Amino acid sequence: MKPDLQVQIVGIRMKNPVMVASGTFGYGPEYAELLDVSRLGAIVVKGISLRPWDGNRTPRLVEVPGGLINAIGLQNPGVDGFLDKYMPFLRRHDVAVIVNIWGKSIEEYAEVAARMDEVPGIHALEINISCPNIKAGGSAFGTNLEATGRVVAAVRKRTRIPIIPKLAPNVSDIGAFARACADHGADAISLINSYPAMAIDIETRRPILANVTGGLSGPAIHPIAVKLVYEAAKAVKVPLVAIGGIRSAQEAIEFLIAGATAVQVGTANFTEPLTALTVIAGIQEYLERHGIPDVRELVGSLRL
Amino acid sequence: MQLETGTVVRHETEGRNYRVLTLRLPLVCSTANPGQFIHLRISALHDAVLRRPFSIYRVEGDSLSILYKSVGRGTAVMQSLCPGAEVSVIGPLGNGFPVRLTPDALPVFVAGGYGVAPLYFLATRLARPGILFVGGARAADILLTSAFEALGWNVCVATEDGSMGTRGWVTVPLDAWIRTRDSVPTPEIFACGPNGMLQALALRAKQCGWKAWLSLDRHMGCGVGACLACVQRINTQDGEILVRVCKEGPVFESGTIVWEDTGNET
Repeated sequence: MKPDLQVQIVGIRMKNPVMVASGTFGYGPEYAELLDVSRLGAIVVKGISLRPWDGNRTPRLVEVPGGLINAIGLQNPGVDGFLDKYMPFLRRHDVAVIVNIWGKSIEEYAEVAARMDEVPGIHALEINISCPNIKAGGSAFGTNLEATGRVVAAVRKRTRIPIIPKLAPNVSDIGAFARACADHGADAISLINSYPAMAIDIETRRPILANVTGGLSGPAIHPIAVKLVYEAAKAVKVPLVAIGGIRSAQEAIEFLIAGATAVQVGTANFTEPLTALTVIAGIQEYLERHGIPDVRELVGSLRL
Repeated sequence: MQLETGTVVRHETEGRNYRVLTLRLPLVCSTANPGQFIHLRISALHDAVLRRPFSIYRVEGDSLSILYKSVGRGTAVMQSLCPGAEVSVIGPLGNGFPVRLTPDALPVFVAGGYGVAPLYFLATRLARPGILFVGGARAADILLTSAFEALGWNVCVATEDGSMGTRGWVTVPLDAWIRTRDSVPTPEIFACGPNGMLQALALRAKQCGWKAWLSLDRHMGCGVGACLACVQRINTQDGEILVRVCKEGPVFESGTIVWEDTGNET
């Protein structure tokens, strides 16, 4: 018998625990010519703000050993642009849709959430309180315990859609941030966002990114993410969605064992657009090889 | 857009510093147009998370060629690819050059260094030959001149060190030609090369009232329009908007491009 890969998270019944991460998969159509998006556990779309936003100047991205540093700066078409341009595509496909949202103020986060509340076909909201690349919003909230709680509470008040705050890795006690989210009404928690980072051109002595600093993602941050997921799992009971440097089933399974119920593939989508599908197949193969009938048995199964 | 495994058919040197990699890619070849690019995954580069974009230099049947210079980590590793080796390719990507010329227009190509590669592909698909202006740092950077001549093109060369053709930038022989040419036929410009060269061409096209198609080179991430790394500001009827060089470009009509100081980007 084939092992059961289905998981349920924030009330969404997903075919498997593998999602694609915000900012690495556009809004769905970008990769749809290359893979059947309905085979994914969920699509997390790129961060949406109340109004259209241009993001940072270029260069916005640089490859470094083991990953890349980005400072896109949350460019997006705004709520209306997203709903007009992309929701029809997403609704046509049999896949869970998680909309990543952000704001420059707590009120803006709540307003975006309220707008999404009326929209059919959105299964959850991921609250981006951890983008390292914008001055107002993002990690300005996610690295402040009190602000984290206030954003989550404000969003909670304005929507019935399940909410999943996305945590920043660069905090001293991830468990405290996870608890603040859970205490203020989060249905699940995703972690980690990219790690604040920087690269310099030694010939010109200038920063390579126009934004000077950015966020590191890719294989380099995977072990950091495993440790933070492990700690967050000890701190809260709500389901965790793990993100950080997944290239193959190996990294995804580590996250599940550390305590995550689902995972997101991010940077690896750029390397190999079919990564999420090979991760799904690899998890299945692992379960068969170990005689585990249900993927949920793996969650938090770390042996100490 | 296809995700296809390409088999190395040939890997040859071109001049002293350049190489031509030819891959068997039936699916990609069947829809490739001049000015489009492929996104290549170099599997020997284990810790690289990004693919490398290359404009298409030549398509012959099922075989697609790219022309490259070893300038970075990726291209240095690429040099070891031998016939029979397999590479992962996404392509063809982006919007290329128009292959239908404006009626009565004279095609004028302007290339910087290996920017000549996508223009050669275009030359093989255009209805008639024209003039190629090609510039580079030194003679070793001037490529494909005899290939263009074999297609009936006139070729004007400029090198910064004067080791071949006119000394200076490619705009030196171009400007001389602009001053002395007959008023008909009207040129239509197609160009690929460094940003400064393209900006200089946009200025001349505007002054002369010519149509110009410029292929932009920007740091790319995903290559398919998802990551928004390679954005460019352009003018539209609705005002300025940001577009993705990998998706809406890399070729743009020069009048639409909003030129800005892009910091340390070349």
